[in-house]
Amino acid sequence: MKKIVLMGNPNVGKSVFFSRLTGSNVIASNYPGTTVDFSKGRMCLGTEGHEIIDAPGTYSLDPSNKAEEVARDMFNQADLIINVIDATNLERNLYLTLQILEQKKPVILALNMWDEAAHTGISIDLEKLEHDLKIPIVPTVALSGEGIFNLICRIDEACPAEAITPMSEDDRWIKIGEIIRDVQHVTHRHHTLRDWISEATIRPLTGFPIALAVIFSALWLVSFIGEFLITYIFDPLFELYTPFAMDLSTWLGPGFLQALLIGNLIDGQIDYVQSMGLLTTGIYVPFAMVLPYIVAFYSVLAIFEDSGYLPRLATLTDTIFHRFGMHGFGIIPVFLGLGCNVPGVLATRSLETKKQRFIAATLIAISVPCMAKNAMVFGILGSYGMGYVVLVFATLFIVFVASGLILNRLIKGDSPEICLEIPPYRKPDTVTVIKKTWMRIRWFLAEAIPFLFLGVLLINILYTVGIVDWLGTIFAPVMQGLFGLPKEATTALLIGFLRKDLAVGMLLPLGMSPMQLVIATTLLTVYFPCVGTFAVMFKELGVRGMIMATGFMAVTALVVGTIMRIVLLGI
Amino acid sequence: MLEIGKRAVILRLEGGCLFQKKMGSMGIREQKTIRLVAKHPFHGPVVVEVDGRAVTLGRRMAEHIITGDPE
Repeated sequence: MKKIVLMGNPNVGKSVFFSRLTGSNVIASNYPGTTVDFSKGRMCLGTEGHEIIDAPGTYSLDPSNKAEEVARDMFNQADLIINVIDATNLERNLYLTLQILEQKKPVILALNMWDEAAHTGISIDLEKLEHDLKIPIVPTVALSGEGIFNLICRIDEACPAEAITPMSEDDRWIKIGEIIRDVQHVTHRHHTLRDWISEATIRPLTGFPIALAVIFSALWLVSFIGEFLITYIFDPLFELYTPFAMDLSTWLGPGFLQALLIGNLIDGQIDYVQSMGLLTTGIYVPFAMVLPYIVAFYSVLAIFEDSGYLPRLATLTDTIFHRFGMHGFGIIPVFLGLGCNVPGVLATRSLETKKQRFIAATLIAISVPCMAKNAMVFGILGSYGMGYVVLVFATLFIVFVASGLILNRLIKGDSPEICLEIPPYRKPDTVTVIKKTWMRIRWFLAEAIPFLFLGVLLINILYTVGIVDWLGTIFAPVMQGLFGLPKEATTALLIGFLRKDLAVGMLLPLGMSPMQLVIATTLLTVYFPCVGTFAVMFKELGVRGMIMATGFMAVTALVVGTIMRIVLLGI
Repeated sequence: MLEIGKRAVILRLEGGCLFQKKMGSMGIREQKTIRLVAKHPFHGPVVVEVDGRAVTLGRRMAEHIITGDPE
């Protein structure tokens, strides 16, 4: 079986290509560095099966970050390369192409974004380019699928370029210059509205107000869609379901099974948040409280990603993020972390140094609350007043800034400057946005439901066996003494390792004051990441890094909890 | 440094091999025309346009790109 690897600069559409070739779905967005790991898929050509690999984007075969290292390793394993290049940016893309051709592997070239090149007044003479490089070249538009079939048909023609021999960097640019003069013709183009918007959003004077407006409208949109889905779809559905659950509860009668499946009845009724049964809280929390916000958040995020706004935001935040030991690109992992910390931590791979990656991952783990938890904070704390919700987020923001400043001093190593390509704005495609949102929702459901069930099961077992009291007593000095919380909150923090959303739900029956709830829900983010995030952090940072991060989290949790108690409870 | 919106030709890049390589891969090389799109305050990044494509660069990197008047 042949290994076919898709190689190319960042943000040229390799992942869209991959989806088209294999039929499998991968996340693609309009900013460099969306793919940080490789994806594998299969494709049949005639009777032969081939393995297709989507490699992270890279500017050259000499890697400058972890994601590019993955790309180089994939290149070394390849039997055949599909080199995807951006037709609107031929000159720069050809550098990697020449490097690839020097290695004498069979290559076929896909000139992607062919339509956009035509729009921007760039014409490329395909015959001459084929003649110069001596490899097959196919114009494509991966987004619409144009040219893909042609590429598949010609894949057998892929061949090593005999004429290209290894050369120095300078010679490579000279060669590229010759090719460009030979094949490319650019007609002058006037400034368009798109260029004007692009510049307004990246200049400081206009960019910052626009960024604030964009972020606030995005947050408003997320909460609007979330609330709408809950009020008009999910809550009515559960109202229909309640009689069945009540009948089941009566039929089961008091006992272990009732406790496990339905949970505690509150005033003889099912309370979906507090009952803690598999068929009550176990399905209500993921579907009726968290899912609506997941849907809302990821559809808005997809629009953000595909429009190309994120790299501009990275430029605007660069100066601030340098104070935290990263550069502006660090905002992208943070944004992804707001959905779920796991992809957030993975996205730190696009940062160049160990220091940057460590700080980014640690900051996400301690101060960026995921959407599952946010949904619960909105649902539970929001009923006491939005002021309390704001208090949680304001505290987390302060924790983010303070930890960033401290970690920047504490952690040794370099924080190089930003060097980021800004893609042109593109209108997000409705189908792509829906598909991407659906992929992430499916991922959430597959990830969340098993852990939620496990969490509910564990809570029931812990209560039955009596470990809850025992743990509570052990941690009472910290909980009561330092944080001013009831000792039973210990169990919630413990369950928080499995699912943070469930843990927020567990705080409700403890009869805390709203201010105590604010402290507990904030600590639930700060003290430790959930098991999924813990696993990827361990993988990305290594044993030593993880020990350091864990130590920092423990200290931060103690400090933040104590300060909040003093400030908010006044004792 | 260049004024916002103005064009210039890159005369040379002052820096090591890695710097040259990194800039080169973004299209920033000797003889190329660049335009300064934005300059952020507090020693923040600059945005330049090369070949019709914008690139955000740290201030120190940008200061090592020596430009001259377009002929």
